[in-house]
Amino acid sequence: MHPLTRSEKMSGVAPNGERMKEYAARFIKPNDRLTSFERLEIYNKQYWFRLLSGLMEDFPGLQAILGNRRFEELCKAYLQDCPSRSFTLRNLGRDLENWLRKNPKWAGSRQAMAVDMVRLEWADIEAFDEKAEPPLKAEEVAGTAGANLRLRLQPYVRLLDLRYPVDSLVLKIKGLNEDTEFSSNAFRERRKRKQVQAIAKLKPAQIFLAVHRVDYSVYFRRLEATEYRLLVAMQQGKTLGQAINHCFSSKKNAAPPELAQVAGWFQNWAGLGWFCALKRK
Amino acid sequence: MPANRFNGFTNYGIGIGLRSPHYHHILTRKPVVDWFEIISENFMIDGGRPLHLLDQILEQYRVVQHGVSMYFGSVEKANREHLRRLKDLVKRTKTPWVTDHLCWGSVDGRYTHDLLPMPYTFEAAKKTAQKVREVSDFLEVPIAVENVSSYAEFHVSEMTEWEFLNEVVERADCGILLDVNNIYVSSQNHNFNPMTYVESVPAERVAQIHIAGHSKYEKYILDTHDHAVIDPVWKLYDRAIQRAGHTATLLEWDDNIPTFKEVHNEALKANRFLAKGVLAHAV
Repeated sequence: MHPLTRSEKMSGVAPNGERMKEYAARFIKPNDRLTSFERLEIYNKQYWFRLLSGLMEDFPGLQAILGNRRFEELCKAYLQDCPSRSFTLRNLGRDLENWLRKNPKWAGSRQAMAVDMVRLEWADIEAFDEKAEPPLKAEEVAGTAGANLRLRLQPYVRLLDLRYPVDSLVLKIKGLNEDTEFSSNAFRERRKRKQVQAIAKLKPAQIFLAVHRVDYSVYFRRLEATEYRLLVAMQQGKTLGQAINHCFSSKKNAAPPELAQVAGWFQNWAGLGWFCALKRK
Repeated sequence: MPANRFNGFTNYGIGIGLRSPHYHHILTRKPVVDWFEIISENFMIDGGRPLHLLDQILEQYRVVQHGVSMYFGSVEKANREHLRRLKDLVKRTKTPWVTDHLCWGSVDGRYTHDLLPMPYTFEAAKKTAQKVREVSDFLEVPIAVENVSSYAEFHVSEMTEWEFLNEVVERADCGILLDVNNIYVSSQNHNFNPMTYVESVPAERVAQIHIAGHSKYEKYILDTHDHAVIDPVWKLYDRAIQRAGHTATLLEWDDNIPTFKEVHNEALKANRFLAKGVLAHAV
């Protein structure tokens, strides 16, 4: 877990301040081809290679925003502060949002967009493999619908309010990764890099997003502001009555939506299977 | 002697690792494969596509679970969440045995996600065996530990790697997942005769065998699982089969993965040794 040097070698100084050559020689046997230092270095390099690859795979959008070098520096700093505490690499990026908020220097002027992107890419991971509960059936609520009804959202539904439309960037990157029309890998990578750099210069525009899945594939669905607030209130455990009061009595809503529009939202959410079956008492 | 208490008294033949580039081929073409090995950690989740896919595979194939992060050799106790999720998966797959590595890889709850070599000491063997027993008791399924490839050796070691393996499995009363490629890789990195290792393993404890390819660098060999199996490794496999009999065999191919057919054909090369080994073992 000891960081590598800029030239991707093992540091000459051990964690305890001792010379690494002597430190390694105390524990590791040399052989006829490699010194103790060199043998330990194999593991040191593999650690960083493995974990950086994992973050690159999970956060291609963040990489696009920051550029390769800056992204790698950010990842190294993050992993030093937040080494993996899970048996699975799936959870490697789970503290990245909080860490980035506390350490804005690593994203520089793109901090706000970078935080948004990390939130979206982590939501993407969670929506992919979170639990799904049996969906709510119409007959379950037919006799009980009312202000006291407490609807639960599926555990895999993630709701985000973002300052930048980073969903478009992620979709573009996913599209480029699937695009195999070019014959040369190098050409494809160059073209991809140019396209990504262009769209990574996003302008701020607040969006509300649901990250969810249908038939085991993850989708991003843009939401209206009130629609988002209503969903968040239900996700927080408010009853239908409380959620509606919370959203529509807000001063922010100068013009409350039409009843038909709200009914349409509920129809869409139910159609997408976002509501869980009611818990039996 | 393939069926033993360390592999749940099963008679599995040649399997391959279940890897994502082959999912579509497997589900649409339904090739005849004796069994698949899955990486447990990839499926220790709550839902979504991976588990859906696994359920589809389980409808048609036998699956054995192989773990990469139990770290029997790490000093700390096994993580409860890890164990709970692993047991849930064992119930789902009905794997007859579970395998993981004879190595360490975590300290104070921090994970390296690597398979780090052990210091071969009696103290380490004792603690490691205790952990294997605890995990096996919790999972209620036989466990087989796999020898890892290594690039470093410790001054404090009191025995050879194979002596350490034997010490652990005897104390834990567990099985062995004998990786003959790992034996070869370590033998080249540490200058020992790989055949001595194969000859020294208690054959009656071998639950399963791994074969794989590796990458040769100027000063060492790296266990990369990105090539076909080389002849010296087949020779070790041949000897292991002669000693242990017809044993469940798995080809690992994890990087630069070729087509399903290529991987499966490479795995099926083991058949010629299995047939010969059964005769030799019977004599």
